[in-house]
Amino acid sequence: MAALVEIRNLSVEFQTARGSFRAVDGIDLTIEAGEVVGIVGESGSGKSVSMLALMGLIVWPGKVQADRLTFDGHDLLAMTPAQRRRIIGKDIAMVFQEPITSLNPCFTVGFQIMETLAVHEGGSRADRRRRTVELLGQVGIPAPESRLSSFPHQLSGGMNQRVMIAMAIACNPRLLIADEPTTALDVTIQAQILDLLVNLQQDRGMALTLITHDMGVVAETAERVIVMYAGQQVEEQPVDALFANPAHPYTAALLDALPERSAGRRRLATIPGVVPGIEDRPRGCLFHPRCRFAEQRCVDEQPLLVPDARGRFVRCHYALVDGEPTNKEPGSIRGEPQRETTP
Amino acid sequence: MIRFLVTKIALLIPTFVGVTLLTFAMIRLIPGDPILLLAGERGIDPDRYAELRTQYGFDKPLLIQYGNYIVDVLQGDLGRSIVTKKPVLTEFLTLFPATIELSLCAMIFAVLVGLPVGIIAGVRRGTIWDHSVMGVSLTGYSMPIFWWGLLLIILFSVNLGWTPVSGRISLLYYFDSVTGFMLIDSLLSGQEGAFRSAVSHLILPSIVLGTIPLAVIARMTRSSMLEVLNEDYVRTARAKGLPPVRVIGLHALRNALIPVVTVIGLQVGVLLAGAILTETIFSWPGIGKWLIESVHRRDYPALQGGILLVAIVVMLVNLSVDLLYGLINPRIRHRR
Ligand SMILES: Nc1ncnc2c1ncn2[C@@H]1O[C@H](COP(=O)(O)OP(=O)(O)OP(=O)(O)O)[C@@H](O)[C@H]1O
Ligand SMILES: [Mg+2]
Repeated sequence: MAALVEIRNLSVEFQTARGSFRAVDGIDLTIEAGEVVGIVGESGSGKSVSMLALMGLIVWPGKVQADRLTFDGHDLLAMTPAQRRRIIGKDIAMVFQEPITSLNPCFTVGFQIMETLAVHEGGSRADRRRRTVELLGQVGIPAPESRLSSFPHQLSGGMNQRVMIAMAIACNPRLLIADEPTTALDVTIQAQILDLLVNLQQDRGMALTLITHDMGVVAETAERVIVMYAGQQVEEQPVDALFANPAHPYTAALLDALPERSAGRRRLATIPGVVPGIEDRPRGCLFHPRCRFAEQRCVDEQPLLVPDARGRFVRCHYALVDGEPTNKEPGSIRGEPQRETTP
Repeated sequence: MIRFLVTKIALLIPTFVGVTLLTFAMIRLIPGDPILLLAGERGIDPDRYAELRTQYGFDKPLLIQYGNYIVDVLQGDLGRSIVTKKPVLTEFLTLFPATIELSLCAMIFAVLVGLPVGIIAGVRRGTIWDHSVMGVSLTGYSMPIFWWGLLLIILFSVNLGWTPVSGRISLLYYFDSVTGFMLIDSLLSGQEGAFRSAVSHLILPSIVLGTIPLAVIARMTRSSMLEVLNEDYVRTARAKGLPPVRVIGLHALRNALIPVVTVIGLQVGVLLAGAILTETIFSWPGIGKWLIESVHRRDYPALQGGILLVAIVVMLVNLSVDLLYGLINPRIRHRR
């Protein structure tokens, strides 16, 4: 049976005043039914843009290209916009980062949820109303009946995010994409929303793609993890293997930045430098200016996303094993960039 | 809501003082004497002149005259026209429907054309559509009404003969005024062709008067639409799988309309100012034409009263726009 979602060599380019900019560069991703996939990476690494491309939500001046983009075996790229809209919002739904601005301030939450039902499932008005109350209850909104006529600005951020989730799961999607669903919320609310998403995923057996820059969240929820850097996928592993033995130096650095992994160190590890932007995209490996294991080869030659000796997919010439680079040629050591950590 | 209303109404008081003071002073700054003008070329006997001046109160110091005027106004008395001797209020009320009819048609024209055109320009930003809409509306905005009106008359009335040059209805038809609105009265009269004639008389003046509001509405709609289309909730609407018509026509437009409604309200003042010129060009028997004639005759009471009433109308319209604004913007409605 075909995978639920198959993405091959997906890229998204934005036409800007200073030339075109690749926000997403050659993503390969397979999502099986009922699976939880985490996508992690720093801000600007193209996590949102790649999922928006899957949803078909990239608008001008963005341009989407892919060798293959399928949902349940259907080629999304070959579909007409109308055909694609029958899948979007129904079979693939998305929850966004900013709950308050993501809901329309001019319409009640009841209207906004019922509208989704009306477009995809039809049915009578009373039916939709009943379903909406049910959904609001399922996402943990107290007194759902009385919330139907509330406007988004009358609810808290956490409540708005619950409304967004109710709207997304309204038509029983087979894939739910949650784009940093908790970033804009209070810490206490964050855990509740994550629990809610995971519970919904398990109850309904839907696939969940969780975008986050929080490795801790990934550890708790995801089964498989995609690590993105500067629009590229740099590593993909099952979550346990990734945490036990990160293959890409960037993943290793992200994990080092976790407080629970910094036992015995006085300061948290940080990664020097920033994600390259449109102007300063380096040659070779995009991560090499910030990589403490970088060699001359990393400057000259762009690594591909291929399985290493242990079968892990990683975009690195010298994939790490137990924190040490492998298959290095002797005598080619470049000066190590300093780490900004105090031992 | 009540506090909101009270503040708005309290703000009307300084406006009232300003308007009365300004019209009172401005009229008297124009050289010319109403009584001498009334007498015409034959001139007037000095005794009779003095008598009339006392009768109208023009012999008193200006401050006293203003005080008397205000006292009268507060009692609801706007005085009588020097020329027709009829109460100013009566004159105003007979002529006002003609101006309302014209302004309303102009506004409907401006909204019906301006909104869709602004939406298209916003949605198709950067395309030839956008550029032509913006170019044409800038031209429309800077077009002097007088010149624009004459241009249209020459083209459509004189050269093509499609529309009449002036007035509200052809002289072939006569019936008593019931509502004061020619479109309605002509229908009520039951006379064949009367309605058609009334419509054809309205077309050119409405276009001329509606041109500036149209340009303003189109530009405002475009920029408001551009802003709203980048909002997260528009992306959410698309993520729900809604068709573009619904995403733009409902989710985006509903939000984009909020500033546009304010602008439409502000255009009412512009419209009444424009009506003065338009009515003069098309000999449209409304308030505008009447005010211009009153200026020529230095009919002080008619001018003072007329301008005050127009100002009150504008203020009332703006007040209702403020209320409407709360109605279409839930975030304001629920704020106490
Ligand atoms: N409409 C657009 N036009 C131009 N560039 C864009 C556009 N949308 C996104 N980008 C660029 O694409 C890159 C990737 O953005 P994206 O939103 O996917 O990052 P992200 O990984 O989701 O980051 P964050 O954690 O901040 O959400 C960024 O550099 C961003 O500036
Ligand atoms: Mg993002």
